[in-house]
Amino acid sequence: MSDTNKSAEDGEEEEKTRRDFLFTTTAVVGAVGVAATAWPFIDQMNPAADTLALSSTEVDLEPIEEGQSITVVWRGKPVFIRHRSSEEIEKARADDDANLPHPESDAERAKNPKWLIMVGVCTHLGCIPLGNKSGEIKGEYGGWFCPCHGSHYDMSGRIRKGPAPTNLPVPEYTFLSGSRVKIG
Amino acid sequence: MSTNPSKKFKNPMVNWIEYRLPIFSFLDNSLGSNYPTPKNLNYFWNFGSLAGITLGIMLVSGIVLAMHYTAHVDYAFDSVERIMRDVNYGWLIRYIHMNGGSMFFIVVYIHIFRGLYYGSYHAPRELLWMLGVFILLAMMATAFMGYVLPWGQMSFWGATVITNLFSAIPLVGDAIVTWLWGGFSVDNATLNRFFSLHYLMPFVIVGLVVLHIWALHVHSSNNPIGIDAKTEQDTLPFHPYYTVKDLYGLGVFLICYAFFVFYAPNFFGEPDNYIEANPLVTPAHIVPEWYFLPFYAILRAFTADFFLFAYTPISWIMSAKLAGVIAMFASILLLLLMPWLDGSNVKSSKFRPLYAMFFWIFLLNCVVLGIVGGKPAEGTWLYIGQFTTTYYFAHLLVIVPLVSRLEQPKTPPESISAAVTSTAQG
Repeated sequence: MSDTNKSAEDGEEEEKTRRDFLFTTTAVVGAVGVAATAWPFIDQMNPAADTLALSSTEVDLEPIEEGQSITVVWRGKPVFIRHRSSEEIEKARADDDANLPHPESDAERAKNPKWLIMVGVCTHLGCIPLGNKSGEIKGEYGGWFCPCHGSHYDMSGRIRKGPAPTNLPVPEYTFLSGSRVKIG
Repeated sequence: MSTNPSKKFKNPMVNWIEYRLPIFSFLDNSLGSNYPTPKNLNYFWNFGSLAGITLGIMLVSGIVLAMHYTAHVDYAFDSVERIMRDVNYGWLIRYIHMNGGSMFFIVVYIHIFRGLYYGSYHAPRELLWMLGVFILLAMMATAFMGYVLPWGQMSFWGATVITNLFSAIPLVGDAIVTWLWGGFSVDNATLNRFFSLHYLMPFVIVGLVVLHIWALHVHSSNNPIGIDAKTEQDTLPFHPYYTVKDLYGLGVFLICYAFFVFYAPNFFGEPDNYIEANPLVTPAHIVPEWYFLPFYAILRAFTADFFLFAYTPISWIMSAKLAGVIAMFASILLLLLMPWLDGSNVKSSKFRPLYAMFFWIFLLNCVVLGIVGGKPAEGTWLYIGQFTTTYYFAHLLVIVPLVSRLEQPKTPPESISAAVTSTAQG
């Protein structure tokens, strides 16, 4: 539009500037409108309210014996809860100074050293590591082992060997009483 | 390919429509006697029409399957089993659709390597070639989402592994993965949107195919000697010569296709996908469908100690995981640049013996990548995967630009008909 005006009204600077101003403002308002309309169509793919409502889980720790692990489902993912024995705690703490690809101390990872709580999803590409059930392969460091691409985790769930970039993540959790924990 | 405006048909009804909507002359100019085609096309030029027909078969069988499928985590697996056992001819239609995916990729891969060998991407067919690469990408997205729908173990874990690739993106990776999933793991929301998009994408492909054929018809097909048709002597009308040749090729293709549908329907599949998805148990060995294996091998080649990663500046700016993801996408996107990577002014490898040799090595390298992609990423297989990955990129980024510019090609014949007459005389 401004192009045709340029040739038709050559030299009339003022007229051209006003038209350009209107043209630019219209385009800007239009672009903002398109962006604002696009957002609901993008955001609809994010987790819905009912999915978010299920985002915390309470677990009773009473029945878990020392040296035993359980798997609970939280946000559709497995969470490993291990009742560690004192030897296991010592072993995990002794490794604090080892050459860790993702350095974290055991005390940072387990608020209460007896209970190791972490998301049981390999940080490489999302497989479930083995080692939470008795009889499963626990890997070279006695913790967990991911069979997909060979990541080894130690007694604190820290990555020691293999392609996974980080330790098994520790979810947010709070001990409600001595034997109940709320994850999420 | 100029339209003949005074085109008259025998049937008055046809003429009545033609005057108002020139659809008959359009068809005649695209697939009929008025579309001149190089007369020396060999059977490798059948694969374009085969790909188009396979797309049609996939659309028809897919639309029918959608009438019986339920996109819900509790019912998806059972609804597919119901199609197999209870729906009339459901077993046949599902096996046609399931094997059709593999057939589609076989045909398209041959079509792509045909283009690479005969230099079909050269000017003025760059956009034609690039549209083809976009069709391949759209096919991959469609096939990946389709494989998730039966909700078997491989469906679920394949979806988990592939969507997790996006978590490698710095800062926003996890937010993107949650957005793709619509939750905190692959779940019902994911299955639903994959079904919706799996239904949509084939129509996007149809749109891209229309553009692909449109661009093809502007300069017509390339041919085995890579010299464009100069006179009418060099061409044959598409109908009946190539319609009949394409139909013959279709017959042979459908016999192969039917063999798999009726005698080896699960040949291309994974037995684990007949176990219903279980988010708490990972199969021991996750493999994608065969047509993704070379790209999966490239993805997994990038480990922290891979020399292409560890001893290059790549390792200063990103993790090995992100490098693998980028390499996997780059391996396909680099094909877009083929018209410029190849600097030769002779198209066909027939006249470029050195280039042709590297073409065959590249083809072999892709096959080895495919084999590696199906093996566990450990020990020797990992090293073979890293070597073939390096060679894949070396071919596209070093060998093709250098050889195409340094090799002195043989002199091609004057024209298509000159090539034929000289062979007849000699």
